[in-house]
Amino acid sequence: MIKVKNLHKKFGDLTVLDGIDEHIEQGEVVVVIGPSGSGKSTFLRCLNLLEEATDGEIYVDDQRINAPKVNVNEVRQKMGMVFQQFNLFPHLTIMDNITLAPVLLKKMTKAEAVKRGQELLERVNLSEKADAYPAQLSGGQKQRVAIARALAMDPEIMLFDEPTSALDPEMVGEVLDVMKDLAKSGMTMVVVTHEMGFAREVASRVLFIDQGKVMESGTPEEVFGNPQNERTKLFLSKVL
Amino acid sequence: MTGLQVWWADFCGDFYSSFIREDRYMLLVEGLGVTIKVSLLAILIGIVIGVVVALCNVSRFKPLKLIGGIYTDIIRGTPSVTQLMFIYFVVFASVHWEKWIIAAIAFGVNSGAYVSEIIRAGILSVDHGQTEAGRSLGLNAYQTMSRIVIPQAVKNIFPALCNEFIVLIKETAIVGYVGLMDIQKAGDFIKSATYKPVMPLLGTAVIYYVLIKILTLALRQVERHLRRSDIR
Repeated sequence: MIKVKNLHKKFGDLTVLDGIDEHIEQGEVVVVIGPSGSGKSTFLRCLNLLEEATDGEIYVDDQRINAPKVNVNEVRQKMGMVFQQFNLFPHLTIMDNITLAPVLLKKMTKAEAVKRGQELLERVNLSEKADAYPAQLSGGQKQRVAIARALAMDPEIMLFDEPTSALDPEMVGEVLDVMKDLAKSGMTMVVVTHEMGFAREVASRVLFIDQGKVMESGTPEEVFGNPQNERTKLFLSKVL
Repeated sequence: MTGLQVWWADFCGDFYSSFIREDRYMLLVEGLGVTIKVSLLAILIGIVIGVVVALCNVSRFKPLKLIGGIYTDIIRGTPSVTQLMFIYFVVFASVHWEKWIIAAIAFGVNSGAYVSEIIRAGILSVDHGQTEAGRSLGLNAYQTMSRIVIPQAVKNIFPALCNEFIVLIKETAIVGYVGLMDIQKAGDFIKSATYKPVMPLLGTAVIYYVLIKILTLALRQVERHLRRSDIR
């Protein structure tokens, strides 16, 4: 579903991604871990072209997406993105946050989008908040709305960029629960996170990225139980 | 008669000769009409120019940025009286439109430079994450700008924009320079008929003050409406 070949990303002289080759299959839940500054968020952002790769190839459904003349907006409609800082639209109600893109991009009529919005809000347990504004929600609620908003476009892939890092500890669980549900439903997911418990429980594969390279890749049992790479061992000894 | 009574009698006489005799108040009413006409059209022109120039200034396309920069620089660096007279007597010298329209264009061109800076600041004040969220949903740059960034920017800059409108209305008091009779000029006419400056100047000041007070109160209502999404 997603193929990445020899991906490089430089900011000026700083090399953030130093040759990543990865293949993500449909239905996989890939959890990306690694120390801060390792390039894991940049990797995720390259996948939906929020960052432009300096070198390398990215394919989604066998279409090369980081090439000139690719319709970036169409590519992004296949990929939902959830941000660390939620990035809900503060001037719109929760329902309008969810329906804005599907209606504007003519995927649905307003009525269909509202119906779908209600289903999605139910799925994230926030039906009663449809008419509220983002400022009236807690962090955990905001992030659940952000997930619903991304799902409203019926994406094939969901990307999560440290979705629980900006949350108070007691709200982390409710967001992870929604993500677990999503994983069970068969959604292809790429999750950058520091939640090792989530990685263990939900990931079909764990990637350890450091210094812009994939240092280790395997099932949670392999990576957490029997890490091969010295850097992985060092990192895990600090976070576990 | 006490001093106070003398002053009061003078005051009433002054009032009568300045405003009532020969229906002189009608000059001020006409002037008020001109001020309002010129201001409204100028505000509209200013907003249109301001939005376009602000978008030029935040665009990544260098020539647009340059043009926007030069325009803002010239307008901010020269007096508005000079600009008004230049546009009226030079640019529109051979164009026979109504005076007030040409004056409104001049004020609009002037205001546009300030409005563009306010809007630019407003666009930059909206967190970049908002743009990323919009783009990540598949919206194009224009849709993201018009549906997500600009509405939030407008809310942030609304007080500054109101201030600019108020400054603009008062700035129109120089249209007398190109032969239009606004409130200020009407006051001048009355003064030169009565040779007494106090009443006409007071009258002029009161009319401007009331006009701007009404506008301020109306805009405050609009602002309250814009802020409804901030309620916690």
